[in-house]
Amino acid sequence: MEMKNYESVIVLTPVLSDDQLKETVKKFRELIAEQGGEIIHEDNWGLTKLAYPIQKKSTGFYHILEYKAPGTIISPLELALKRDERIMRFLTVSLDKHGVIYNQRKRNGEFKQSSKGASAAVAVAPGTKVTIETEEKNG
Amino acid sequence: MAKRKKRGNFLFNTTPTGVSGKKYCRFKKNGIKYIDYKDPDFLLKFLNEQGKLLPRRITGTSLKYQRKVAQAVKRGRHIAILPYVADSLK
Repeated sequence: MEMKNYESVIVLTPVLSDDQLKETVKKFRELIAEQGGEIIHEDNWGLTKLAYPIQKKSTGFYHILEYKAPGTIISPLELALKRDERIMRFLTVSLDKHGVIYNQRKRNGEFKQSSKGASAAVAVAPGTKVTIETEEKNG
Repeated sequence: MAKRKKRGNFLFNTTPTGVSGKKYCRFKKNGIKYIDYKDPDFLLKFLNEQGKLLPRRITGTSLKYQRKVAQAVKRGRHIAILPYVADSLK
């Protein structure tokens, strides 16, 4: 079957312990493998501050799964995500060719600085950027 | 009439900082092909302080990439990386 590149962002409740967190992620990792998918990359942001409260929680664990899978995987995966109470929010996106390249380059740590430098010519006051960054670090 | 030589709409021909210059699409100029919805610092440049999308006439983004920006912002909002409504984002 034809394989496509997908990326799922999962936001887990902050009340989970480390083990529960790993277990939940493992469950979905296995589900992907079971359905004939292949995990390319995983990323964990840890406990992150949310931009707005979800289920009265202001923080969440972000986990990002990038995988290659046939299109038939999505509906069972999303159903499982929906049914799992430990997951507050999720988003599955199919990646186009540029997205795949972008993620690859990001993984290699290639352009974290350069992309920021290139887009420096913006109408944002310098002070504002700093406050936003620090806010995230706190969360 | 001939006091100032300005092309197009006088209101929007200057950047918001007041420095005039031809606006350009940063994605085309820098060869950015994919807009990451997981990068709030970058997406913030396309929002006003209420968290609303800025129009193309202000940011200079081309239509092709404005659509992608809009898509990325909406995805970012869904996963709570960006707010749907805000008071003082900047």
